[in-house]
Amino acid sequence: MDQALKELGGYIRDNLGSSVVDVTVRLGELSVEIERADVLRVLKFLRDDANCQFLTLLDVCGVDYPDDDERFEIVYHLLSMTHNTRVRIKLRTDEDTPVDSATGLFNAANWWEREVWDMFGVAFVDHPDLRRILTDYGFEGHPLRKDFPLTGYVEIRYDDEQKRIVYEPVKLTQEFRSFDFLSPWEGVQRMLPGDEKADDAAEEEAK
Amino acid sequence: MGVTDTAQTELAPLPPGEDQDAILRQVTGELQDKGFVIASVDKLVNWARTGSLWPMTFGLACCAIEMMHAYVSRYDLDRFGVVPRPSPRQSDVIIVAGTLTNKMAPAFRKVYDQMAEPRYVISMGSCANGGGYYHYSYSVVRGCDRVVPVDVYVPGCPPTAEALVYGVMQLQKKIKRTGTLFR
Repeated sequence: MDQALKELGGYIRDNLGSSVVDVTVRLGELSVEIERADVLRVLKFLRDDANCQFLTLLDVCGVDYPDDDERFEIVYHLLSMTHNTRVRIKLRTDEDTPVDSATGLFNAANWWEREVWDMFGVAFVDHPDLRRILTDYGFEGHPLRKDFPLTGYVEIRYDDEQKRIVYEPVKLTQEFRSFDFLSPWEGVQRMLPGDEKADDAAEEEAK
Repeated sequence: MGVTDTAQTELAPLPPGEDQDAILRQVTGELQDKGFVIASVDKLVNWARTGSLWPMTFGLACCAIEMMHAYVSRYDLDRFGVVPRPSPRQSDVIIVAGTLTNKMAPAFRKVYDQMAEPRYVISMGSCANGGGYYHYSYSVVRGCDRVVPVDVYVPGCPPTAEALVYGVMQLQKKIKRTGTLFR
């Protein structure tokens, strides 16, 4: 399985040359990292080439790595029904640099690119209708960025005098608390919060 | 119902038997005698309103599934006189089932404003009660009571269909207790 993916990765690298930055096969999945400027060329090749035939675009999504200069990673997932293979195309961009839109090649990319614009703020060049899709109509900000707070900036209530919904700055009665002491992601905490004095007490008893 | 001298304000329905026959004989006797029965208008009106509460089902998210469960055969709400209506103009209660987002809030308020008085609101599920699972989110209204006045809160995530039926019954009791002809 991995061998076939590695061969496909090699084939893509041979044909696309300078556009490909990196090819990895990990956990049975092929990922190809490419240059931002060549995204249309790469997608067109993957769609039209007889050995690839990735006719289905499954997903376009974004990832935010706030510590890097090019903080956003746009990820395309492609599926080839005839060859029964999937591939992941990744490219890096930052807040101000737009990416070429894939709607010319895959119609499905239309709404996903709108979602990436709405959630991250990455613009797409030549997109037929780039506007918000998930957030509220007058919403300001791009929610899935790592520096956007969980609770946002405004909240909503109905005002009886004005007879309409009004937006006000958020006032939480209780802040968000994380209770995950045994999370496998953060590691088991040897000392559970609240047990700081337990060892001292045990020593006292032993004496 | 309709009997002139009752000591209690609330009568539980009587099972078939001696007592039920006695009451029926009394009422028919009065009808045959005088030709009319005196009753309290408020009680009559409340009985009519609770007996046919037509909800506008505002199924927003997962609670809508449990609301569907309450409507179909096992927990049949139709036997309470509760038939779902698609239009707010034809309903007297709105069951807010699910998360109310910021985007939906103006539309929801508009729907509520289109209902005719007397109108009631049942807030179903923890998202409608107080933001619920998504309380700390940037795009959720922390409880539909920020937008409309709520009469009954049904807790749960989702509340079992039985709990929703209980909530409807509580609303009926509230209407019997506090309802009048002129609001």
